[in-house]
Amino acid sequence: MRVRVQEEPFDLGAEANAFAEGGMANGAIVTFTGVVRDVAGGLAAMEIEHYPGMTEKAIAGIAEEARTRWNLGDVLVIHRHGRLAPGERIMMVATAAPHRKDAFEAAEYLMDYLKSRAPFWKKEITSTGAEWVAARDEDEDALTRW
Amino acid sequence: MDVLYFAWVRERIGLPRERVETQAATVAELVEELRGREARYEAAFADLSALRVALDQELSDFEAPLDNVREVAFFPPMTGG
Repeated sequence: MRVRVQEEPFDLGAEANAFAEGGMANGAIVTFTGVVRDVAGGLAAMEIEHYPGMTEKAIAGIAEEARTRWNLGDVLVIHRHGRLAPGERIMMVATAAPHRKDAFEAAEYLMDYLKSRAPFWKKEITSTGAEWVAARDEDEDALTRW
Repeated sequence: MDVLYFAWVRERIGLPRERVETQAATVAELVEELRGREARYEAAFADLSALRVALDQELSDFEAPLDNVREVAFFPPMTGG
């Protein structure tokens, strides 16, 4: 299991390739990548603040919980912070498992919990100002299905 | 103890962290103390339902005791992912 919180970009292909070389017992690998999206067309940047120390612990805790719930060979979480431009990759999760159901479900679980339980805060910067992104009720509700 | 602020809580209070000497027994008591300081604290803590708290980097709640706690952090609901 690897957790990385970093400001610099990551190479999705290189990370996925390195992760996929992990173990012969894993018949399934799922990767998810989050991208800075510009819905209204006016986004200049996304600033991501986090809580150093707690962030790494919270993500490791979420990943460990996933490993107790599903049969997983490995887990990778990379999450960036700092100033990102539209189209840049914010984060990725990868799960490796003997079977795809575990890999898919664990990846979804990781994403649901990273959204609401890892201490990151997003701020959208536009030409007219800056605004903190509000947490959505749906994101909190998503946790209840687990 | 160290008190940390993140996102708009940090912006409203105007600093990321500070050292606070307090006899507060719970998070709620600490919040009341801070609110009584200045308008910027009152503005940040006006609506507790919009805030979350972590004690020594573990998510907690406002009724939690502060015994042996070294680091308290206040922030809005998280928006990771």
